[in-house]
Amino acid sequence: MATTASTSSTVADTATGFAWRYRYWLLLVVLPVLLIAAGKAGYISNFQFLQLSLMIVYSIAVLGLILLTGFNGQISLGHGAFFAVGAYTAAIMIDQAGWPFWATLPVAALVCFIVGYLFGLPALRLEGHYLALATFALAVAVPQILKYKHIEPLTRGVMGINVFKSDPPFGLPLSTDQWMFLVVLALAALMFWIARNLLDSRTGRALVAIRDHSMAASTMGINVSHYKAVMFGISALYTGLAGAMHGIIFEFVSPDSFRFELSIAILVGAVVGGIASLPGAIIGGVFVQVIEKYADALTRKISAAVHLPLELEPWLIYGIALIILMYTMPMGIAGGMAALWRRLKRS
Amino acid sequence: MEQLIQQVAAGLANGAIYALLALALVMIFVSTDHINFAQGEMAMFSAYLTWQFLQWGLNFWIALPVVMVLSFVIGVGIERIILRPLHSAPLLSVVVVFIGLLTIFHALAGGIWTHTIKAVPSPFPQVSFPGSSYIGPHQLGMIAVTIVMLFALFAFFRLTPLGLAMRAAAQNPASARLAGISVDWMLALGWGLAAAVGAVAGSMVAPAVYLEPNMMASILLYGFAGALVGGISSPGGAVAGGFIVGVLENLIAFLGNALERATGFYLVGNGEKLTVALIIVITVLTLKPSGLFGHVTVKRV
Repeated sequence: MATTASTSSTVADTATGFAWRYRYWLLLVVLPVLLIAAGKAGYISNFQFLQLSLMIVYSIAVLGLILLTGFNGQISLGHGAFFAVGAYTAAIMIDQAGWPFWATLPVAALVCFIVGYLFGLPALRLEGHYLALATFALAVAVPQILKYKHIEPLTRGVMGINVFKSDPPFGLPLSTDQWMFLVVLALAALMFWIARNLLDSRTGRALVAIRDHSMAASTMGINVSHYKAVMFGISALYTGLAGAMHGIIFEFVSPDSFRFELSIAILVGAVVGGIASLPGAIIGGVFVQVIEKYADALTRKISAAVHLPLELEPWLIYGIALIILMYTMPMGIAGGMAALWRRLKRS
Repeated sequence: MEQLIQQVAAGLANGAIYALLALALVMIFVSTDHINFAQGEMAMFSAYLTWQFLQWGLNFWIALPVVMVLSFVIGVGIERIILRPLHSAPLLSVVVVFIGLLTIFHALAGGIWTHTIKAVPSPFPQVSFPGSSYIGPHQLGMIAVTIVMLFALFAFFRLTPLGLAMRAAAQNPASARLAGISVDWMLALGWGLAAAVGAVAGSMVAPAVYLEPNMMASILLYGFAGALVGGISSPGGAVAGGFIVGVLENLIAFLGNALERATGFYLVGNGEKLTVALIIVITVLTLKPSGLFGHVTVKRV
């Protein structure tokens, strides 16, 4: 009797242990199934699926910046540029060569890695403020570069490119938005998994060592410039992939979608979420999309409620959120929660 | 040839604005070692203040000093209230706060004065003078104001005890503190002066371009380029750099046009101004980060 009880408990233990061990993967299977079911039942509209997809896309973009700034200590104010490169690479290949969208993703990733790596090479000589300045200049110049005359046959200049979403394959009973949601979710899972493993590896420790003290790192035999340039490339790859997916699910790219505001939005996402935290990227991505979508309505409501003589603008929320966070939670919401959790556990 | 002279003259006029903005950037850099990304938006905000006073019927030359004082107060306030607690914070926090300030000023200007484009009348009399076929009175006025500002600041830093105290605080905070200088207030003063210089830049450029919340983005980029070319640690260099960059900007567009006329190949024109600034910034930063007149900072490990 006693033995059977113990065996069944071990079986249960192994089952829960298994479930616990792979909890994220289970969540990743269960969550979309539930969401799609809810969508089928009519609780979640296609528009809401699009919103969710955009949140995930921005999370990937923010993750790119977090890898660079949070884990390698290189400040970039110009990640909108790599977002644009990814978006345009995908859009041009779909528009000009008629590639299916999924085939453009590896190409966009590769192109962004190369562009990021090349930008990272001169950036190696720049530290701190100077790097921020160079990337700031890049972010401001991006829309103009995209309108350059000789690439106009490809980019279609100010007109932008219309991209058409492809229907779900194999006759899956999904709407296009639901299908795209599943695609970005899978992509995000893959990219977060890669990021976590990267940071857990020898490379990841080298990156953090460079962030903490680059000179000490180099005396330990870490090739600082190599790692920094490669990290710039990887970071651009992440953000560029997000840009490619953004163009695909948004069905449109144009130079003015990639203005300086976008770089700021990515930075704000990283800072709000938590600059050195992978889960922070998710919080940041959600924040970016929510602000983009609802800040207008929110600010209008606040102005009406307190009878302000001036019209508040979404950017005001960005600015105030940035400054308040720097005082209260310099490591963002994820960092703040982690600190809170540690304190609760100790007491 | 005449066109070339015209382009150079126009470049000098633009350069005057870049020089003023670069000067403001250098003042903050020298005293705090920070690059103020919000400088352009602060100048834009000051330009709106000037416009507002003009709307209320004030004369430009009365409005400008009033706005300079207001901007000075705003600058000191920002340093004392927002940046003071971040003195020992990591660089990223400071950069993020600057970006936050940038967005706040941008949103405030748009919220208070809306995004519709406003024309600002030039404060200079529209007279013709020898050489006025090359350069307009407002352009000439901008250059004159810049030079006056430069000399005023030079005199302030060289000849007044307060200027000496500020230089001391920037160069060696510890010794300055021992000599009885309130280093903290000197930093705030630096911010105030930078904001006031920026106010002049904004108010001077507003009649030349139209007044709108986005007007400073490209000007700030050229201000950065000017400060870097001249050396971001040298006020005189920053002014020279601003003029150099202004002329360079116009010359490149001019040469691009000439090239297109001669060979039919379009390489660069007015549409690539920001790209040119980006290239200048990156080239200077990689090849000679100390600029033409700056000194190399040696870091002790």
